Amino acid sequence: MTEPNSARNATAPMIEMRHVEKFYGPFHALKDVNLTVAKGEKIVLCGPSGSGKSTLIRCINHLESIKSGEITVAGHRLSDSQKAVDAVRREVGMVFQQFNLFPHKTVLENCILAPMRVRGLSRAEAEATGRKYLERVRIGDQAAKYPAQLSGGQQQRVAIARALCMEPMAMLFDEPTSALDPEMVKEVLDTMVLLARDGMTMICVTHEMGFARQVADRVIFMADGAIVEENDPESFFRAPAHARTRAFLGEILHH
Amino acid sequence: MTLDFSVVTGAWQSLLLGTVGTLFLAFSGMALAMIIGVLGVVILRMQLRLPSLLVNAFIEIVRNTPFLVQIFFLFFALPLAGIRLNPTLTAILALGVNGGAYAIEIIRGGVESVPKGQTEAGLALGLHKHEVFRLIVLKPALRAIYPSLSSQFILLTLTTAICTSISAYELTSVGQRIEAETFRSFEVYFTLTGIYLVISLVTMWLLAAIGRRAFSYPQR
Repeated sequence: MTEPNSARNATAPMIEMRHVEKFYGPFHALKDVNLTVAKGEKIVLCGPSGSGKSTLIRCINHLESIKSGEITVAGHRLSDSQKAVDAVRREVGMVFQQFNLFPHKTVLENCILAPMRVRGLSRAEAEATGRKYLERVRIGDQAAKYPAQLSGGQQQRVAIARALCMEPMAMLFDEPTSALDPEMVKEVLDTMVLLARDGMTMICVTHEMGFARQVADRVIFMADGAIVEENDPESFFRAPAHARTRAFLGEILHH
Repeated sequence: MTLDFSVVTGAWQSLLLGTVGTLFLAFSGMALAMIIGVLGVVILRMQLRLPSLLVNAFIEIVRNTPFLVQIFFLFFALPLAGIRLNPTLTAILALGVNGGAYAIEIIRGGVESVPKGQTEAGLALGLHKHEVFRLIVLKPALRAIYPSLSSQFILLTLTTAICTSISAYELTSVGQRIEAETFRSFEVYFTLTGIYLVISLVTMWLLAAIGRRAFSYPQR
């Protein structure tokens, strides 16, 4: 485990993937993926379904294990050892397509569980943190409710607050607006924009190209398990280099 | 034929004690079955070959042999192993083991019904596998299967009658004694039927009340 070293961390990438290969049985899910994300950088990851974008971010917090290659997060080199996995998961928050709030716990209980168990905060400290982040996603008045009593958009904002309560150094978003009714997409994207403005390091798997234009430092396009193209959003949308990127953009932007 | 219920009403104290004995066997048996059920599922989830094999063998043996044989087996086998339990404790053990085997199967189904995303969210937050199971998966899993678990427990309550075979203290054994002393078979079993019916209905109501309290959170 690497010691915190401010001089080094200032320049070292927050997330680094080198030559990552991933298989599901015979299916080659990630092909020689290389990705470096600097502290505070916002990445939007897009591509057709089955292109490996969800798999890629799920490897970063070890929800999926890789066959070969290297993943380093906030100075912690990921391996199959529980200690390395713990160290990485403490620093990385994740937001899922299906929210995955715990239905038997109130909004506030959802937020304090991991800080108490994993970070070792007292209940009072955890609740203070929880209320702070629930306010931040503008849902502080719903703290005592159960997830099922909230709308999809509210649930997703709670899920973002829950991840923030661990005070992570980076956040992963796995299609956070895909399961939402259209009228709720904006409130979740607004919350993500807020987070981006605060300087959070973010990797977002999303097809919300408006969000990509507004927030992303880089847009990455994946197909068939490989990174095909990456560029700043302006160039990415204006002049995509690859035919597959053009075809993909043509399809999603014409809706 | 004249009916004479005075033999029953005269023995109301014994019948009441017998009822208490039956309830005691039933609820102790349920508690033990619940512990065995959850423990069995925990072991199966570790996905280790030998422990899983043993748990599955346990389930198959219990579910494919009669309870009467199981309780006699424990009653005579335990002393051979140097364990001396009184009939009531042996009965609780037998009821718990029998109910536990069914509970494992039921709870396993419940755990499988909890979406995988719940586990992933827990892991992503840095919780360990066993914490995820205990704090996140278990309660929704039990909620999902609570109706089946309840009817299994009603069955267990009625099975306590078989414990009379090793002379555990419960309602049926009390009834048999009254019958032996008075030869008023119909009156005795008519009364037992009524009492068992009330016990079942009250237990069902009690389990439903516990369920409503334990699983009060709204479902999506």
